Amino acid sequence: MDDTRRAIETVFRIESPKLIAGLARITREVGVAEELAQDALVTALEQWPRTGIPERPAAWLMQAAKHRAIDHVRRGQLLAKKHEQLGHELDGGAIGAGGGGDARAGSAEDMINNLDDELGDDLLRLIFTSCHPVLSPEARVALTLRLVGGLTSEEIARAFLVPMQTIQQRIVRAKKQLADAGVPYEVPRGEELLPRLASVLEVIYLVFNEGYAATRGDDWVRPELCEDALRLGRVLAGLAPDLAEVHGLVALMEIQASRLHARVGTDGEPILLFDQNRARWDQLLIRRGLDALARGEALGGGVYTLQAAIAACHARARKPADTDWARIAATYAQLARLAPSPVVELNRAVAVGFAEGPAAGLAITDRLGDALAGYHLLPSVRADLLAKLGRTAEAKAELARAAELAGNARERRLLLDRAAKL
Amino acid sequence: MRFMVLVKASKQSEAGATPSVDMLAKMGKFNQELIAAGVMLDGGGLKASSAAAKVQFAQGKRTVIDGPFTEAKELVAGYWIWQCKSLEEAVEWVKRCPDPMPGEDSEIEIRPFADLEADFPEQAAEARALLDRAKH
Repeated sequence: MDDTRRAIETVFRIESPKLIAGLARITREVGVAEELAQDALVTALEQWPRTGIPERPAAWLMQAAKHRAIDHVRRGQLLAKKHEQLGHELDGGAIGAGGGGDARAGSAEDMINNLDDELGDDLLRLIFTSCHPVLSPEARVALTLRLVGGLTSEEIARAFLVPMQTIQQRIVRAKKQLADAGVPYEVPRGEELLPRLASVLEVIYLVFNEGYAATRGDDWVRPELCEDALRLGRVLAGLAPDLAEVHGLVALMEIQASRLHARVGTDGEPILLFDQNRARWDQLLIRRGLDALARGEALGGGVYTLQAAIAACHARARKPADTDWARIAATYAQLARLAPSPVVELNRAVAVGFAEGPAAGLAITDRLGDALAGYHLLPSVRADLLAKLGRTAEAKAELARAAELAGNARERRLLLDRAAKL
Repeated sequence: MRFMVLVKASKQSEAGATPSVDMLAKMGKFNQELIAAGVMLDGGGLKASSAAAKVQFAQGKRTVIDGPFTEAKELVAGYWIWQCKSLEEAVEWVKRCPDPMPGEDSEIEIRPFADLEADFPEQAAEARALLDRAKH
C-alpha cells in the first residue's frame, strides 16, 4: 500500500501546479484553489488504490475538484447577491443587474465553459500571480516553490534553513495578501508585462542562488534548489517562448550550474573560477546554456542574457588562457549601458586588464574610488593590476586596504597571503 | 536528480523495420511534454546493432566484434537523460510514454546517475589529486 500511496503522491506532485492553476481561474483565489487541489488528492488517495491510477490523472483530478470549485463560486455569488439586495433595500432603490466588473458577477456555467482554454495559459497566470510584487521576495519564493514547484513546506524550510512553521506562515500570509489586494488572476499585458516579468525572474534567480551558494557540508537539499530553479525557468521558457530574458536567465543558470561539481574542494572550500578543473564542468548543461543563450540573443537579449553571454565566454574556454577577454569586456560595456553600476564597471576593468593590458584596466578603476568606497574587491582588483605593472609597493598597500575591508576571516587571510607573496 | 532512461530494442527495431508515423507523432508529443515540464535534458535514437561495433575486454586482451548482436531485448534502441525529483517521478513519466514498440513486448529501463563524490568520497578525492598533479 505504501508503494501505491507514494505513486499517487508522485502523480499529484506532477499534476498539482496545472491543477491549481486551472482551479484558480474558476475561484480567482490561489489559496482556495490550492485547498481544492488538496481535497482532490485526498479523494484520489481514497479511490485510486482500488480503481488504479487513471490513464489521464490530470483530467480526473480536475473533474474531482471542479464541482467543489463551482460550489465555492456559487456560494460567493449568493452572498454577493444577498448583500446587494440588502444594500438596495436600505437605499430604497430598485434592484438592478449584477455587481461591479468582479468575476463573480459572471455565471458559474460560463466559467465551466471557459475551461477549454489552454491549461498552459493558466500555469502562466499562476506563475505571475505567485510572483506578484505586492508580496515580499521571501513570500514570493515560498509561494512559488509551493504552488508552481510542487515542493512541500518541509522541503522549502529545509532548503532555506528556516523552521517549517515560518514557511507555513509565510505562505498563509502571502495568500491572504493576494486576496486582500484583489490581485487579478491574469497574465500582465502591455507596459505591465516586463516589470512583472522582472519580478518572476527575480524569484527564480533567488532560488537558484540559494542553492548555488550552498557549500559541501550543507544539507544536500540545497544544491537541489538549483535544479528546482532550472526547472521553473525551463517551464517558463516553454510557456513564454517569445520573452528574451526568460531564455537569458535559463542560459545563465544552466551555465552556472555546469560548474557545481567543480566549485567546491574536498575540504569544502570554494574554488575560484580560474582554479577550477574544467574537465569537471558539465558539458551537457553548457550546451543547453549556449542554446538558450542563442534564443535569448535572437529575441533581443537583456540584462540576464548579457550576464549569460559573459558566463558563456568562460564556458567556451578549455583553459583560463583561452578566455576571450575582449569579448567579455565588450559585453560588460553593453551591460553597463543597459544596467549601469560601479560593480559592473569593476568587472569590466578586470576584463579590459586582460584584454588590453593592466594599465588600461587600472585607469577604469581610478574612477571608482567614491562609488565603491567600502568594497574590498576594488582595492583587491587594483592590487592585482598594480602587481602586473611591477608597482609592488602600491599593490601591497592596496591589499592591506582590502584586508581591512574584507567581510570574513578567510577572505582576510587570502588577501594578506597574496601581499606576503609579492 | 539525473536519470538515464533506456528504451530497449526489440526484434522489429533490430530488423530496421519502418517506424509507424503514428508512433513517431505520439513520441514527438511525449517529448514536447517532457520539455514543457522542464524534465528533458537530452535524448536520442540509436541505429540497429547491425550498424554497431563493440569491444570486449578479457584476460588483458581487447577484441572488436561487429554487429549485429543477438538478444535484442538486452540492447539499447534509444535513450533520454531526465531531471526528476526522484526515481518515483521518473517512473511516472515513463508510464506516460507511448508504447515504444507497438505489437511487441518491450522495456524501458530507468537508471539514476552515480555520484562518485557522494558514494566514494575518498577514492574520488585521491583520483582528483592525481589528475591535478598530472596537470602541473
